[in-house]
Amino acid sequence: MNIHEYQAKALFEKFGVPVPKGVAAKSPAEFESALAQLPDAPVVVKSQIHAGGRGKGTFTDGFKGGVKFAKTKADALDYAKKMFNNTLVTIQTGPAGRKVQTVYFTQASDIKKEYYLAILLDRASSKPVIVASTEGGVDIETVAHDTPEKIFKVLVDPAYGIADFQVRELIFKLGFNAAEGKNAAKLIRNLYTMFWETDAAMVEVNPLITTPTDQVLALDAKVSFDDNALFRHPEIVALRDLNEEDSKEIEASKYELAYIALDGNIACLVNGAGLAMSTMDIIKHFGGNPANFLDVGGGASKEKVVAAFKIILGDANVKGIFVNIFGGIMDCNVIAEGIVEAVKEVGLKLPLVVRLEGNNVAAGKATLANSGLALVSGDTMADAAQKIVKLVA
Amino acid sequence: MSILISPETKIMVQGITGAFGGKHAQLSLDYGTQVVAGVTPGKGGQFFEHKGHKVPIFNTVAEAAKATGATVSAIFVPPPFAGDAILECVDAGLDLAVCITEGIPIKDMIRVKRAMSGAKTRLIGPNCPGLVTPGTGEGSKGGCRIGIAPGYIHKKGHVGVVSRSGTLTYEAVFQITSKGLGQSTSVGIGGDPVNGTSHLDVIKLFNADPDTKGIILIGEIGGSAEVEAARWIKANCKKPVAGFIAGATAPAGRRMGHAGAIVGGVEDTAAAKIAVFKECGIEVAATPSDMADALLRAAKAKGVSLA
Repeated sequence: MNIHEYQAKALFEKFGVPVPKGVAAKSPAEFESALAQLPDAPVVVKSQIHAGGRGKGTFTDGFKGGVKFAKTKADALDYAKKMFNNTLVTIQTGPAGRKVQTVYFTQASDIKKEYYLAILLDRASSKPVIVASTEGGVDIETVAHDTPEKIFKVLVDPAYGIADFQVRELIFKLGFNAAEGKNAAKLIRNLYTMFWETDAAMVEVNPLITTPTDQVLALDAKVSFDDNALFRHPEIVALRDLNEEDSKEIEASKYELAYIALDGNIACLVNGAGLAMSTMDIIKHFGGNPANFLDVGGGASKEKVVAAFKIILGDANVKGIFVNIFGGIMDCNVIAEGIVEAVKEVGLKLPLVVRLEGNNVAAGKATLANSGLALVSGDTMADAAQKIVKLVA
Repeated sequence: MSILISPETKIMVQGITGAFGGKHAQLSLDYGTQVVAGVTPGKGGQFFEHKGHKVPIFNTVAEAAKATGATVSAIFVPPPFAGDAILECVDAGLDLAVCITEGIPIKDMIRVKRAMSGAKTRLIGPNCPGLVTPGTGEGSKGGCRIGIAPGYIHKKGHVGVVSRSGTLTYEAVFQITSKGLGQSTSVGIGGDPVNGTSHLDVIKLFNADPDTKGIILIGEIGGSAEVEAARWIKANCKKPVAGFIAGATAPAGRRMGHAGAIVGGVEDTAAAKIAVFKECGIEVAATPSDMADALLRAAKAKGVSLA
């Protein structure tokens, strides 16, 4: 689960990670009072959406920049009005962009130098890793590729927590002076505590800055949480912004379906995440384009299949459907009956190819064949994929 | 022979009185697996009954192990309590804990993995289908089935299968069986980013098992475990190996069902992993329908019979 920058910074403050003073506004009526809470100009005006690349983004009405530096509060007000309810397109949003429904005003900071700091899981060691760099405010993957010697990593032992020597190591490698180092040490420790206590999946500060008075501040904040741990963090769940999520994905989650919209025209309905991924792959392999990832899970009950069909058909780009079920434990005939009822219930008009395999598959195939529905059966995944690609072409 | 488990292996089921654990305990008993104990705190002294089987239930793993000689546990405990259930197996000194539970917080698994360092117990999973060593009976009955995989699609034979994904494992197993061949053991290691046994761990076991003549390695996007396994295979494994990587079409930054299936950087894309497979002499299946055929091609090239 992702949260907005302004929410992440509120969490930072709670855990003692310094950030520039800022106030979020959720309607134009709040803009002036929000600005009044900041001591003086200049002010940075930041569009709040769950995507990176905001500064270099462009709004659909042509207005450039989702993050603006304003010399006066009047300018800040003007920028905020242009951003609000406007749709921002960045390299991460896709062409549709995201509607800005919150604007965040922050006090502009004097920047001495920019750094990079992140905490996430290191999969190879199964430990949290702190990643830091002297190159902040830029794309970190580019830094990692071009100048890997400028990236420093520290693995944290989960049984002990971050050790003093590890914090010192980072401080020395980043080249902080004594006063900066003291402030940075506290910030790194507190950020790690926040990462650990909130079950964060990733915390990223880009840039982390030093000021002429040796303060160390998180100028930006990107935080995501482990979905599996949300059950023990109602305070984090409360930060969820449904406006930032695909409405079909929200609907799918109600039925415990894992659905992710893609931009193709062949919808997939599959049981199992690995099989669902490879169903998308095999469609592409034979020249088609998958419209979605959809895992109905092990059960694949009739209710789930009906819900899945409805979600799939909510995507106007869909021109055909590929159902791929390996009924290991479940009776294929029960699944086939579910598919037939679902197709009748939603009044499906699009081409449908079904590949069923597993337990009692002969009866399942017979049910499909005798249903009177205009569906096509596929024997193997490859056979079925080729059939749906041809039908949609 | 087989790896990790054999038809003689005695297993216990943690969470045997739950709907999910109970159903799969029944299926394992039907398969002929030695399910000798159940563990549900507070229900010790009761019995789990199924078609003439009467499996005693214990309050703790240690009691169950001591009373029945079970050396392996299948864990069907809900996510908030699953990490604890794994540690209970470690404390009881079991050989193997197989955690089926999906949705365990990553932090819990980070802590469990750290606590298991140096321990005798091996963990498979979590979020995995478990493992099957097929038997010689009808529909491979008489084998050892731990977890949720369909037993009947298996056949006793000489192909080792290792995968993160359940249904893709079944797909590979089914293809092998359809070609008249069989499996030594099929192992689902699970789709989470922090898990107990890696692809490489299982590959090493298959390599050392004289009864495994060929291996299918199924991976997916995210992490670098498949790459690590492939490099080891290139240096150490003489057996024919076929590989498949799921998620070639997955967009970067989106989690594809499995918590571990997410593309973070250029290194963990499907294309990067497939390139390493090819470089390491692994026969790559072009599509998931091609997994058994890919292994047959690899075996033919090495002059190895998989029968």
